Amino acid sequence: MTEAAAGRPAAIETRALRRQFGSTVAVADLSLRVGAGEIFGFLGPNGAGKTTSIKMLLALVAPTSGTGDVLGRPLGDRAARARIGFLPEHFRFHETLTAIELLRFHGRLHGLRGVSLEARIDRLLTRVDLLDAADRPLRGYSKGMLQRVGLAQALLNDPELVFLDEPTSGLDPLGRLLVRGIIDELRSNGVTVFLNSHLLGEVEMTCDRVAFVKRGRVVAQRVLSMPAETLDVELHVESAAPGIVEGLSRFGTNASQPRPGVITLQAHGDAAVPELVCWLVQQGIRIHAVHPRRTSLEDVFLDVMGEDERPG
Amino acid sequence: MSGPASLRSAITVAHLTLVEARRRRIVLAGAVCASAFLTVFGVAVAFAYREMMADAAVSFVQRQATLTFIMLVGFMAANFLSVMFAILLPVDTLSGEIDSGVMQTIASKPIDRAQIVLGKWAGHLLLAVFYLLLMSAGILAVMRLAAGFVPVGVPHAIPLLMLEIAVSLTVSVAGGSRFSTVTNGIMALGFYGVAFIGGFVEQIGGFAGIVSLRTIGIIVSLVSPADSMWRLAAHYLQPEILRGSGGLALGASVPTPLMVWWAAGFTLMALLYAVETFRHRAL
Repeated sequence: MTEAAAGRPAAIETRALRRQFGSTVAVADLSLRVGAGEIFGFLGPNGAGKTTSIKMLLALVAPTSGTGDVLGRPLGDRAARARIGFLPEHFRFHETLTAIELLRFHGRLHGLRGVSLEARIDRLLTRVDLLDAADRPLRGYSKGMLQRVGLAQALLNDPELVFLDEPTSGLDPLGRLLVRGIIDELRSNGVTVFLNSHLLGEVEMTCDRVAFVKRGRVVAQRVLSMPAETLDVELHVESAAPGIVEGLSRFGTNASQPRPGVITLQAHGDAAVPELVCWLVQQGIRIHAVHPRRTSLEDVFLDVMGEDERPG
Repeated sequence: MSGPASLRSAITVAHLTLVEARRRRIVLAGAVCASAFLTVFGVAVAFAYREMMADAAVSFVQRQATLTFIMLVGFMAANFLSVMFAILLPVDTLSGEIDSGVMQTIASKPIDRAQIVLGKWAGHLLLAVFYLLLMSAGILAVMRLAAGFVPVGVPHAIPLLMLEIAVSLTVSVAGGSRFSTVTNGIMALGFYGVAFIGGFVEQIGGFAGIVSLRTIGIIVSLVSPADSMWRLAAHYLQPEILRGSGGLALGASVPTPLMVWWAAGFTLMALLYAVETFRHRAL
């Protein structure tokens, strides 16, 4: 958890939530804490139990055992649900309705009425860039447009906590940018976002923290918003005099020269990079290129999931 | 959520049900079918009446009995179409939306799941009752305009037919809270089919004086009370003189008024089952 989030009350806290469908265990042990205001990524391979976990948090599926609180209330509490927004993985809709009618229907289920509801609908349709298509039946919408109207639906009640299950699936790059922008706005407004996505690049750009789910259990968590403790750096130099590689060890570990003109090391974080470049220049080394390479979320994901989760 | 707020949620769901029925042209399809049926029925009544009036051998009593029979056949057909409408209209309202995932966004809102069931039930019931009333009004208008015939017992019969609609529709909604759409459709139609056959068995038993057949029919009516409401309505739609001796084979065995209470209680129990099952259903 980020330091900022750790000091805040929990938006979500679960203790050993479990759900079985007959003999099939969909979620074995979901124990996690999401701080208020966090952008939290929930990652795992297909069938890991991510969607069932979200459904338990939303009281769409009752847990077989375990307990949990959402926004300080027990799972399923209606008062808490009034403060939650939800975009399901495959957002389905009443296709005969227009976008305005759909949002009006969902708004009324939140107890919203009249001018304030109409104003919110207008604002959200503008935000998701659907105002021009607002009076068209949803059956004529593209997949991306449906995803965006679903997102507007999830934000109708100005929620404190938003569950987004694969929010960028079906969206083109511009649509993804729009979703990222909305998540950034939610972050700045202090809204907690629980994001389930297969697009690890999106998660990496968006989330403060992620949890990895494997076979119905949270097996690892990782903070993304903190600077990396180590950074792989590859240096292309004209020539490296004896002792240079050893000298670089003050800026990191595992310094080596795999081939002539190339030096690699694991630097002590971002700040070490300009310092080591400066030192090399002082040693009279001509530098052609510096390639810092972070360990991507995909690398971490593959590492956490292991070989046994890879298809084929 | 407070009582009025819960009621508003149920009304919101019922309103959506009505809007959807209109947009999906269900109302239009129902109106077209009703018009087609009433046109055929009207033409038949007009020709039958003209022939009877032209035949001096047909007495007034015979004519009235024949017109009563024609009217009952008309009501039987209208009742059958209305029951089919009541079963098929809501057959996928819960199961279909659960399967498609539409229900996830609705049920995650701050409403009791009971409001979803009750709203859908009420919306569909309004439509089905409207359809029944449309058909019934059409039959009465045809009989009046084409033959100058005004049946007896209409104020008693129509509420009974409405109750039959409520029984059939509620069974369909209740099945949808637990089973898939296809399974529910088969079961709901089967439920009415059993009642229909049970009714025939009871009529034959009454007409032929076979006690065991009547008993079987009554037991079937208790399990599936929909069709017994039609038979009681048919009884009221006949003049007193035709009721006594099992006249027209539609009143050979008449359900007791207690069956009305049983049908109402059955509807309530089926509705409660739908609410409770849907409350605990994984979405």
